[in-house]
Amino acid sequence: MDSARTLFDKVWDAHVVRTDDDGVDLLFIDLHLVHEVTSPQAFEALEIAGRPVHRPDLTLATIDHGVPTADRELGILDPLSKKQIDTLIANCERTGIELFDISDPRSGIVHVIGPEQGLTQPGMTIVCGDSHTATHGAFGALAIGIGTSQVEHVLATQTLAQRRPKSMSVTVDGALPAGVTPKDVILGIIARIGFNGGGGHVIEYRGAAFEEMSMEGRMTVCNMSIEAGARAGMIAPDETTFDYLRGRPFAPSGADWEAAVAYWQTLATDPGATFDTEVVIDAADLAPYVSWGTNPSQTIRITDTIPDPESFDDSSDRDAAKRALAYMDLEAGTSLTDVAVDVVFLGSCTNARIEDLRAAAAVVDGHRVADGVRALVVPGSGLVKLQAEEEGLDEIFLSAGFEWRDAGCSMCLGMNPDILQPGERCASTSNRNFEGRQGRDGRTHLVSPAMAAAAAIAGRFVDIREWS
Amino acid sequence: MQPVTVITGQMAPLPRANVDTDQIIPKQFLKRVERSGFGPFLFWDWAQDAEGELDPEFILNRPEYAKAVVLVSGPNFGSGSSREHAPWAIEDRGFRAIIAPSFADIFWGNCYNVGLLPVVLSEDEVARLTDLAGDPANEITIDLAAQTVMSGDFTASFEIDPGAKHRLLNGLDTIALTLSHTDDIDTFEQTRPPWMPSLKAPTV
Repeated sequence: MDSARTLFDKVWDAHVVRTDDDGVDLLFIDLHLVHEVTSPQAFEALEIAGRPVHRPDLTLATIDHGVPTADRELGILDPLSKKQIDTLIANCERTGIELFDISDPRSGIVHVIGPEQGLTQPGMTIVCGDSHTATHGAFGALAIGIGTSQVEHVLATQTLAQRRPKSMSVTVDGALPAGVTPKDVILGIIARIGFNGGGGHVIEYRGAAFEEMSMEGRMTVCNMSIEAGARAGMIAPDETTFDYLRGRPFAPSGADWEAAVAYWQTLATDPGATFDTEVVIDAADLAPYVSWGTNPSQTIRITDTIPDPESFDDSSDRDAAKRALAYMDLEAGTSLTDVAVDVVFLGSCTNARIEDLRAAAAVVDGHRVADGVRALVVPGSGLVKLQAEEEGLDEIFLSAGFEWRDAGCSMCLGMNPDILQPGERCASTSNRNFEGRQGRDGRTHLVSPAMAAAAAIAGRFVDIREWS
Repeated sequence: MQPVTVITGQMAPLPRANVDTDQIIPKQFLKRVERSGFGPFLFWDWAQDAEGELDPEFILNRPEYAKAVVLVSGPNFGSGSSREHAPWAIEDRGFRAIIAPSFADIFWGNCYNVGLLPVVLSEDEVARLTDLAGDPANEITIDLAAQTVMSGDFTASFEIDPGAKHRLLNGLDTIALTLSHTDDIDTFEQTRPPWMPSLKAPTV
């Protein structure tokens, strides 16, 4: 083993239970997060095979994808969602897994509540049947999205068999220009490296831009690693990480805290360690971004115009751009500041934390949502909602004409009643702009919370740097 | 899982880049708690319009492709979410393999666990197979043991992880394989630092 190791190497190496003859490592999993959509078939298969859940004490379940975010007193009206949710409740009762039910203020989007509870800590391995599990890498954890068969495997064994991925560093040097948020940083990275530019890799985000970033911002960045195809994204833990964790319900305390911090401080990539792929971006080149197409790499600076499909060298990129423009009802050469929006969605595991809501509220304060625009705020957890209400953010949003909802995944993927109608155009703080993602024939533009808030007020996309 | 050995039959061409999991199986079908029966919802938004009118041009709606067992598509197939419902839907529709120039990582792993064989060939090879698939009379044979793809006078070989190949060829239960190493897992668990979080013990 090389003496100089990366953050990723250190976390991986510390979790290898055994290595098989083909070089596949069996990794121990420190935390398994479970939700209602990708788990029922796993629990059923375990029951049929007569296999117990090996470590319910390292497993947390929540309900987020299918929950309504309004009129909760009416219960879950969708019978399929209700059955799925009831199934998770029954599975957790049967297997002894802790469940944050909808009535629990600690419930919310799975990738918001893990960090919020202090369950997500540096150096851990974390899995969840959800591709945005990469979020937890913001703490220097190795966090991997898995499928339902793997959920079943982790429930039964608390391990996951994986071949070691390649490593990639994405370094953003320098200070972020005014108006450029963590969301813009990750959109800019994806636009640069491509929709599968991180395929087969675990990305470590390095450099001053990330060192200066809050934990909420780091989570936004790591969250979207999957949108560049990466297995995971990670950021080395530092004082910002430790300050965030200190005193949270499941963080260590007393002598344990000291021992944990001493270990966490050893995790950063060693000087001289190398990566399989290295990307360097100058922070000064970044700007507020808006996606124009149907995958997250089809993204431009707000000051750019929509590209001509013929300008792409690669034929599949060219075809994808043509399809995307037709679906989005946009033309090459258009400036997005001339494009009107129908809906604004502030939410998702990417951008529904308190800092995101504060940034949006600061833009909204004293303004009104434009005529004809529907705007909703869906906090990432019950606790984020309570904190926002303590700070009076709900009043700012409500008096501006936003809807103020309960926590859940909501319109990020529209598994609950929050969906776009055909043809509607949405400025969204979520992570995917795929065809139909927010509702059949709906058109999604990915933006930062501040850009989404400004679009709600102006009724079209605006350059947040010119906002007053 | 049924063993995967030799796959022979018709190909269906779907020459698009970045076919994502939201297209393969849209969110409204993820509410089911069953593992089977997703086939009818495959590529839902491409197969029919908002009123449920079938698009007769869509490849999987064409009766001459009703028996296709191999899907031939573009780069970065299966991008997006971790939903195993995507390979479940493809498998439930009768497909046994997907050939593309590249796959998204999570989807790729899910395919193995479903017994659906993902095969990477070069862009040129996929383009030639896409042409051949244009005639529904052309058959393809994928031999997993030999790691070859043949259709008429087209031949190509593909790479596959040896462990994954062994599991597919023998239809092995990966959980049973791991449980045979329970002693190693128990030993590892003894070494975990006591301060690591447990749901049974909030510290404050």
